[in-house]
Amino acid sequence: MTILKNRLFWPAAILLALLIVNVFTSNQFITLQDGHLFGTLIDILRGSAPLVLVALGMTLVISTGGIDLSVGSVMAISGAVACLLIKDLGNQNAVGSVLLIMAVAIAVSALLGLWNGSLVAIVGIQPIIATLILMVAGRGLAQLITDGQIINVQSSPYATIATGFFLTLPVAFLIAVAAVALITVLTRRTALGLLLESVGGSPSASRLAGIRAKRLTIMVYVVSGAFSGLAGLIYSANIKSADSIYAGNLIELDAILAVVIGGTALIGGRFSILGTVLGAILIQTLQVTVVGIGVPSKATLLFKAVVVVVLCLSQSAIFREKVFGRFKPRPAVRAEVPA
Amino acid sequence: MTVMSPEPVTKQAAINPRRRVYRPNSKYIPILATLALLLVMYISGVANYRNFDQPSVVVNLFRDNAVLLVVAVGMTFVILTGGIDLSVGAVISLTTTLTATLLQGGWPPLLVLPLVLLLGALLGAGMGAVIHYFKVEPFIATLAGLFLARGLALFINQESIPIRDKLWTTLSDMRIPLGEHTKTTPTAIVALSAVLIAAAILAWTRFGRNVYAIGGSADSALLMGLPVARTRIAVYTVSGFCAALGGVLYTINSTSGHALQGSGTELDAIASCVIGGVLLTGGAGYVIGSLLGVLVYGMIGTIINFQGDLNSAWTRIVVGVLLFGFIVLQRLVTRRAR
Repeated sequence: MTILKNRLFWPAAILLALLIVNVFTSNQFITLQDGHLFGTLIDILRGSAPLVLVALGMTLVISTGGIDLSVGSVMAISGAVACLLIKDLGNQNAVGSVLLIMAVAIAVSALLGLWNGSLVAIVGIQPIIATLILMVAGRGLAQLITDGQIINVQSSPYATIATGFFLTLPVAFLIAVAAVALITVLTRRTALGLLLESVGGSPSASRLAGIRAKRLTIMVYVVSGAFSGLAGLIYSANIKSADSIYAGNLIELDAILAVVIGGTALIGGRFSILGTVLGAILIQTLQVTVVGIGVPSKATLLFKAVVVVVLCLSQSAIFREKVFGRFKPRPAVRAEVPA
Repeated sequence: MTVMSPEPVTKQAAINPRRRVYRPNSKYIPILATLALLLVMYISGVANYRNFDQPSVVVNLFRDNAVLLVVAVGMTFVILTGGIDLSVGAVISLTTTLTATLLQGGWPPLLVLPLVLLLGALLGAGMGAVIHYFKVEPFIATLAGLFLARGLALFINQESIPIRDKLWTTLSDMRIPLGEHTKTTPTAIVALSAVLIAAAILAWTRFGRNVYAIGGSADSALLMGLPVARTRIAVYTVSGFCAALGGVLYTINSTSGHALQGSGTELDAIASCVIGGVLLTGGAGYVIGSLLGVLVYGMIGTIINFQGDLNSAWTRIVVGVLLFGFIVLQRLVTRRAR
């Protein structure tokens, strides 16, 4: 009975149901070919990497009571920077230069995160507005970097981070796993997670208790920026080009959805890394499933909406109580009818 | 020591937001700051561009931003209760698509109009009920509403649908003279009326006071015996209705319906409210503030139009920079005044 009450039980159940659907609809769910794992399951894991990364950064931001709307624009900028620099390389397949360029792109993204964090923590602007500025202007910046064109690159080391395999597993998936492991260790094996939750609970109380709330707040935005940048690299490596318009378009909503499905409270003060990962993979699975079972393209969003509604309601304890027949009329509600 | 102790107490009282009730002056500071900065923007526009000083520039702000204005009015109700409504852009797209489809199908326009407005209100009421009774976070419930409404719109038609109905084209072409050279559209009048009606409701009706009370503290409001459930569902209904009205205004302005229309409006509306001094935590703010916020957005757009030579990349950057400058200035002004 306790497992039924776990917040993550219902998302996990829906994820499992979707995966089972995929076992029947896809012709290859998981197989070993040429030393790599292939199939729908691997596609889901590979495809979910950018969303997992973005949602991971978003989890930390939300745990401090903030929100980061600029993640999609940061993705676009990071991809644009990387592709622009790689295109100018003499040898696009030079591993060292490509790694250096990726580091530069992630550093730029972290700087953008620093900008967001400073606006929130130092200037004191509400997070939703502070990050909205970069969300609007950032896409313009990305367009400026690519000069309004789509920059194509032919770099196999760059493509590897999205489409490559290592130890039979997709590299993108391994990057996401590494990021999740890093953040989990940092937040749950040190006091950092506790401090973040305390800042989310009450920034002023944390400051009075000796926690450097401002520094932590800036830090989470920097981490969110860096992870969005990494996600942008994977996205752009996957299509081997920089697309400043569609890269990371509306990903902020999916990321926030993933975070909330995972049981992180939007008001801050509580977060769950595992839940976020589950949420992100669930959203990606949903997108793959919609195509797999042949929902017509005009109904895909409707299908997604229905699943999200079911998911939201299933996570509401009160809704479950009513559905499972333990309904008791609540006096508070009854009293309001006559007024 | 006894002399020392009262000092911090009075200092705290000045900062404590709850005491603002006793100093009516300070609660208007965010609005006044926005107004002053808006005037600064206008004056710098007049100084830098020819013909910026014509009255039609100001009048056209209302015409061009009628949809955003109506949506921001509904959003103000929701934000005042401490909630948020992400579905408004999608409700706009659903309304435009449905209106255009029904009119194309030969339905009488006077039936279509109330029908789509009712649908918007019903969607809002549904989300409000889910938020209140099932304790789903407003952000997520309305995000699901966003997916649902836009999904329905895309399901109905993915293409742009023209409207040839007589009532719509007449309203679209109608101009109301305001002076010698200035005219306005019925949509601007509707939007401005929505602002005035909403301001009156929030200031002088029992429902309006309930909205502020819930935003201040929902638990206290419940203990005081205020109808929390009814009020909370009502604000989302108002927001859904306003979004549908915005959609109708959109179909009148453009005489067409498109499922991809209104994307991003929710963020513009939220930003307008916040610029106008409505607190996202609820309980503080005015519709007039949201109006000023929308005008700031409109003024940014107007300045970019007068500048004329900006491509889409630079337009985004300039919008961001102006927004940034505005918010930082507003922050400084309000901080110093307190």
